[in-house]
Amino acid sequence: MTLPHLFIFLLGYLVLPLAHGQTVKVAVASNFIAPMKHIIREFKKENGHHISTAYGSSGKFYAQIKNGAPFDVFLSADQHKIQTLENEHLIVTGTRFTYAIGTLALWSNNTQFQPVNLAILTNNKFDKLALANPKIAPYGQAALDVINSLNLSTASAKKWVQGENIAQTYQFISSGNAEVGFVALSQVMQQRQNTPHSVFIIPKQLYRPILQDAALLSRGQNNQAALDFLAFIRSDKVTAIIESYGYHQPQNISLSESHQ
Amino acid sequence: MNLSNDDFDAIGLTLRLASTVTLILLIIGTPIAWWLARTHSSWKGFISALVAMPLILPPTVIGFYLLIAMGPNGYIGQLTQSLGLGILPFTFWGLVIASVFYSLPFVVQPIQNAIEAIGKRPLEVAATLRASPFDRFFSVVLPIAKPGFMTAAVLGFAHTVGEFGIVLMIGGNIPNETRVISVQIYDHVEALEYAQAHYLSAIMVLFSFFALLSIYTLQRKQVSMNISNERQG
Amino acid sequence: MQQQDIIVRFKTSQKHFTLNVDVKLPARGITAIWGQSGSGKTTLLRCIAGLEKAQQGMFKINNQEWQNANLFLPTHKRPFGYVFQEASLFPHLTAQENLDYAIKRAPAKTSQDTYDKILAIMGIENILNRHPQHLSGGERQRVAIARALLIQPQLLLMDEPLASLDHKRKTEIMPYLEQLNLHFDIPILYVSHSIDEVARLADHIVALENGHVIAQGGLLEVLSKIDSPLDIGEKTGAIIEGKIVEKDSTWHLAAINLANNKFWFRDNGEALNKTVRLRILARDVSIALSQHQDSSITNKLPAVISDIVADQKDVSMSLVQLEIDPGQLIARISNKSINTLSLNKGSTVWAQIKSAAVVN
Repeated sequence: MTLPHLFIFLLGYLVLPLAHGQTVKVAVASNFIAPMKHIIREFKKENGHHISTAYGSSGKFYAQIKNGAPFDVFLSADQHKIQTLENEHLIVTGTRFTYAIGTLALWSNNTQFQPVNLAILTNNKFDKLALANPKIAPYGQAALDVINSLNLSTASAKKWVQGENIAQTYQFISSGNAEVGFVALSQVMQQRQNTPHSVFIIPKQLYRPILQDAALLSRGQNNQAALDFLAFIRSDKVTAIIESYGYHQPQNISLSESHQ
Repeated sequence: MNLSNDDFDAIGLTLRLASTVTLILLIIGTPIAWWLARTHSSWKGFISALVAMPLILPPTVIGFYLLIAMGPNGYIGQLTQSLGLGILPFTFWGLVIASVFYSLPFVVQPIQNAIEAIGKRPLEVAATLRASPFDRFFSVVLPIAKPGFMTAAVLGFAHTVGEFGIVLMIGGNIPNETRVISVQIYDHVEALEYAQAHYLSAIMVLFSFFALLSIYTLQRKQVSMNISNERQG
Repeated sequence: MQQQDIIVRFKTSQKHFTLNVDVKLPARGITAIWGQSGSGKTTLLRCIAGLEKAQQGMFKINNQEWQNANLFLPTHKRPFGYVFQEASLFPHLTAQENLDYAIKRAPAKTSQDTYDKILAIMGIENILNRHPQHLSGGERQRVAIARALLIQPQLLLMDEPLASLDHKRKTEIMPYLEQLNLHFDIPILYVSHSIDEVARLADHIVALENGHVIAQGGLLEVLSKIDSPLDIGEKTGAIIEGKIVEKDSTWHLAAINLANNKFWFRDNGEALNKTVRLRILARDVSIALSQHQDSSITNKLPAVISDIVADQKDVSMSLVQLEIDPGQLIARISNKSINTLSLNKGSTVWAQIKSAAVVN
């Protein structure tokens, strides 16, 4: 390599991050941590953008975004908060889309309750039933749908213990304090020790779909990295990753719905 | 102010929890404080550290371990089950036990300081005036250290009211049982019910201010009590 | 018949100090426990009170045991009153409430007479509604003494009750202490490092050094001996007691009978027939072989030399023990004079006393 070549190479090396390496700041619902990490690895392989992520509850992110938090993209755990932000003109119009649909599972860490199935609920033999707070957590709302669909709400209400988020709900069951409870399929899939016996996937007709929406926030509308990231999320490759973590995609749902 | 019934329930529960915890803490904290103030034992450092641990431990750590320990496979859980009490997480008494542990240093330390400030002399004097150990405690220690005890009570109460992380871990959000104000506020915020979150939060702000105000007033009293004690000596 | 004794036997070792005391004291009057600081006198008092637990101990007063090998009454079960060195009134109570604290816990009901008498003798009737921080040091100590009396003690323990007071307050409170002994039939153990206080107040003395008793007995006998092991230097001197038999208002003098002579001293206003205690320091006594009439010294008493010892503090001086009738004096004179006057044991001399102080 001649000296001028080397010079151009070094120059290029300095300029490159400026040309390609913009930063996108993403707020991510905590139920999506595992797939998100996987997605970031793939995203980084494909381009030079920097991506910085914050994980937390969607309600908190909503409050923060409303009060000027510097996020470019928001992957919410539900649809409602993104819709509210849309009504408040805090997202870029037309960028809202469903990136994942959660799958609700009934799970027990207690061998006496395995194999897990809906009969456990209808028999009402458990002491404590864990679910996420239906008021604030989409998986909790879905769990409540299931309980209502099975007409168990009066019988079981006294036995409910509510986690403030789905991770906490998982903890209640994992520690054995609740014998059984509703969690996200994505959570139980991450834990190798869970056997097929310990998990029961709730039939979709028993609850309204858990739609997790994402959007480009107003702050990120001119951020190329943000746009690239959103496009990347919708790519087939990422769709496959998301599904491998126990989520569905809208097109699959509509397919399954058309079958019914 | 349009607080919902749930909000009022949370307020009532919180007051009930904090009063219960404060009472228990005064009863068990006093002998611990007494021992720490008087002992020359080599265990003093060990016990002090143990008591003070909640001061620096994140509540989530305490909550996490309590959840495991009080669970069906934990030591406490096995004990409570063998006593026929079931398991404690998601119950009022589970929260009481967690809060007692969590708020212990806030009660022990002011009492310990107050007892240390009294010194041995007034107790010896009382003994020479035929006061039994029990009598000495109520006729001398309690009145002289009263501001210390009141500070301890206010701190213990306020700290229990302000508790959040542990309740989140072991509470289970059960109305009238474990859904305290701080959790209720959290839920309001998460559910984007900001008006109600504001009302409850404002109540907490006022409460905290007046709790601290009373503590600083009490501390001035204790200081003047100690000064008059020393001036004599 | 009741045995009127206090038997004190304590043996205890602390870090750099061992207390080893075995004495029998009269269960009446004031017994001074005297010693330098660090001699163990306060420790001894605290052992008696049960505030400190001696490794071996026995305490008996009037045949009533408080402590022995198998018995240890806790402090609050021992029937004594205690006056601490620094004022020890409860800060949260007024003077009145401090007294009530004792009255409430006394074994029997306090009669109005006793109560009034204690208040009058201690002179605290008008300060009762004040809190301790608004009392002077002397007033606090008087309230503390009254409180110790109101507990109806069989024994009063006083741990340097004057030590924390300045000179003015000491002289102010001293008369109250003297009154104590006169009006209450309670034996008092009085810890002090001040030989002046002891000379003035005590009837009996136990001298401690390094935790051991070095001398004990009647105050007059112990202090008036030249071979007394008490290391009090300039304050070495004899103590004599007598009734005032005459007063001379022209010259402001009073006299007691001593060795068939009138012994004159400055009249401090004591009444005729009152027993007074005089302290005659060794340095104020000189010796003559004949009764000088041309000297400025008023008091000249015939005496016989019973002993002469060298002054430990001064190689040029000796202490001379003089027997008068009744009693003893000590003279501190130079060896040169002893030699010049050929003084020996058994010599008959005249003791010339330059001054004598009434100590009470």
